[in-house]
Amino acid sequence: MTKRYALGIFEDEDVLLHAIENIRAAGVKIYDVFSPYPIHGIDDALGIERSRLPIAAFFYGLCGLSFALWMQIYMMGFDWPMIVGGKPHIGLPAFIPVAFELTVLFTAHGMMITFFLISKLWPRWRVPVMDVRSTDDKFVMAIELKEGTDLAQLTQLLRSNGASEVNEKEMTKE
Amino acid sequence: MQHVSPVRIPLVTSGKTYHDVTQDVCRQVEAKPNIRWMAALAVALFFLGIFFYSVYRTLWYGIGEWGLNKTVDWAWDITNFVWWVGIGHAGTLISAVLLLFRQKWRTSINRAAEAMTIFAVICAAMFPVLHMGRPWLAYWVLPLQNTWGSLWVNFNSPLLWDVFAISTYFSVSLVFWYTGLIPDFATIRDRAKGPIARRAYALLSFGWKGGAKHWSRYETVSLILAGVSTPLVLSVHTIVSMDFATSVVPGWHTTIFPPYFVAGAIFSGFAMVLTLMLITRVVFRLEDYITLEHIALMNKIMMITGSIVGVAYITEFFIAWYSQVEFEQYAFINRATGPYWWAYWSMMTCNVISPQLVWIRRIRYSIPATFILSIIVNIGMWFERFVIIVTSLHRDYLPSSWAMFSPSIIDIGIYVGTLGLFFTLFLLFAKFFPVINMAEVKSILKYGVDNGPTYGGNNTGAQQSSYRPTGAPASAPVNYNKHD
Repeated sequence: MTKRYALGIFEDEDVLLHAIENIRAAGVKIYDVFSPYPIHGIDDALGIERSRLPIAAFFYGLCGLSFALWMQIYMMGFDWPMIVGGKPHIGLPAFIPVAFELTVLFTAHGMMITFFLISKLWPRWRVPVMDVRSTDDKFVMAIELKEGTDLAQLTQLLRSNGASEVNEKEMTKE
Repeated sequence: MQHVSPVRIPLVTSGKTYHDVTQDVCRQVEAKPNIRWMAALAVALFFLGIFFYSVYRTLWYGIGEWGLNKTVDWAWDITNFVWWVGIGHAGTLISAVLLLFRQKWRTSINRAAEAMTIFAVICAAMFPVLHMGRPWLAYWVLPLQNTWGSLWVNFNSPLLWDVFAISTYFSVSLVFWYTGLIPDFATIRDRAKGPIARRAYALLSFGWKGGAKHWSRYETVSLILAGVSTPLVLSVHTIVSMDFATSVVPGWHTTIFPPYFVAGAIFSGFAMVLTLMLITRVVFRLEDYITLEHIALMNKIMMITGSIVGVAYITEFFIAWYSQVEFEQYAFINRATGPYWWAYWSMMTCNVISPQLVWIRRIRYSIPATFILSIIVNIGMWFERFVIIVTSLHRDYLPSSWAMFSPSIIDIGIYVGTLGLFFTLFLLFAKFFPVINMAEVKSILKYGVDNGPTYGGNNTGAQQSSYRPTGAPASAPVNYNKHD
C-alpha cells in the first residue's frame, strides 16, 4: 500500500522545533521527523512517550543475576561438589564476579535485541528513505497526505514555519 | 533541557557545517585507497604473517617453542594479554564514562577508541587461548556438561572469572560500537553511488532512517549501555588483576592490585588512543575534529592516571616494608636491584617520570612531544606487566629453582604479530568505516557557537538561530575557560 507524504525540509534544529510546535498546534498530525542526529527536546515537541527500555533492561539484568547465581550454586554446590582449597562448596563471595558479568551481559544484549526488534531494525538490502539528505544535513518533517488534504495550505503552513522547501513523496508503507 | 554555557569555544574548529562533517568523514570511505594507506596495510600484513607463522609453530610443536621454564611458567603471554586488555580500556572509558560525565569532546574520538578496544581485546584473547596448548579444546572453559569434556568449571578460580569478564567485555563493547555505527552507515548508504556499496551499507545500517522515535530509543539505549559499561570496564581489569592478587606469590598477593591495574589500564589505553589519533587526524585530514584541545585533554588524563600508577608503585614498596614479611620485602628489593633492575627502572622512568612532563603547557599542546610520550608510556606499561609477572616468579622460595627468563623468537613473533593483527584490523576499519561519529559530532556542532538552543529553554541571548561560524582558525589552541 502506498501512501503520500508532504515533506517539509528544515535547515536548523531550532527552527524545526518551533515549527513542530506550531504545526501540531494547527491541528496537523506529523507522521515522523527524520534528522541526522538526535535532537534534544524533540520528544516533548512531538509528544513521544518516554521509552520503557530501561525497565526491560532492569529485568534482563535481574534474569542474568539469577541465572548466574543458580548456575554457580547448582554446579558447585549440588551437581558435582568438589573441595577446592578447603573452601566451602557454595562460597558466595567467589561467585560475585561471574554473577556481575552475567548481569551486564544479559542487560546489554537483552536490551539491544529488544531495541532492534521493536524498532524494526535488521539487515535489509534496500532502505527506502523519505529524503536522502535527512541522514546528511537536513531535517525532514513528514506529514501524511490523506484524502482531501489541502496541499497548498499545508505547504503554506510549512513554509511560514521556516521550511526551506516542501516536497511530495510516495512511499510504500511497511 | 540541559544548560549550555554561553562562553564556550566550539569543539569543532573552522566553522564546519553539518554537510562539511559528512563530507570530511565520508571522504576516505568513498575515495579509492591511497598509497600511504596501502603501504601501511602492507607492513601490517607482513607482521600478521609473522603472527600466523608463530602461531603455527606454537600449535605444531607445542608450548616448548616459547621461552618459558619450570620456574617462570608465565611470562610474555600473560604480559601481552594484560597489556592488550589494558589498552582496550581507554575506548570504553571514552565512550561510556565520558558520556556519563557529559564530556562532549569525546564525540570525535569515541568511534576510533572503541574500535581500538575491540581490536585490542581480540589481540589479548590470543594469548590465553594459545597458552592452552590445545586451543581446539578452548570450549572447556565454558560451563558445559561433564560428558562434553572436563568436569564443571571451577567458579572459585580467577582465571575462570577472566573468561566471563573478557567475553562479556568484548561482546558488550562490540554491540555498543556497532549501535553507534548504525546511523553513520545510513549516511554512507544514502550517499553511496555504486550498487555494491549501497547494498553493503544498507545491510550494515539495519534499515536506519533517523526517525524521531528511533533517535529517542537510541539515546536511551546508549545511556543504559554506557551505564552498564562503566562498571564493566572497571570490573574487567579488576578481575585481570585478581589473576595475580588472589595467589600467594610475594609481589602479587596485594589488595592494591585492582585499582592499580585499572588506573594502569586507562593510562596505557589513553597513550594508545593518542598514538592512533595523532596519525589518523593527519592521514585523514581531521585536524578540525581532533583538535589540539582534544590532545591536551587526553594528555591530562594520561598524566593523572600515570600519577596514580606512580603512587601505587610507591605504596607497594611501603607496604612490603610495613608488612615485615621477609619474602614480600625480598620480592620488591629484587625487582629494583635484582637481575631485572633494568626492566624495573624502565618502567619507573616511562610511567612515573615521563607523564609528569605534561604539566608543561607547551608539551601538552605539542604533537611531536605527545606522540613520543604516548609511545614511551606504552613501552613503560608493557614493562610494568613484565616486571610484576617475571620478577615475582623467577626467584621463588627455593633458591635451587631460581631461574631467568629469556623470550624465544616465537615469543617475540607472537607479540609483534599481534601488533600486526591490531594494525591490520585498525587500517581496515579506518578505510571502510567512518572513523568519526558523524551523528554525534553534528549534535555538538552548535556547542558554544551561538548561545545555546532557543527552543524550550529560558535562554534569551540568542536571536539568530541559523548556524554561525566563528571564524576561529583551525587547530589554534583553544581553551574551555580562561584559566586552562
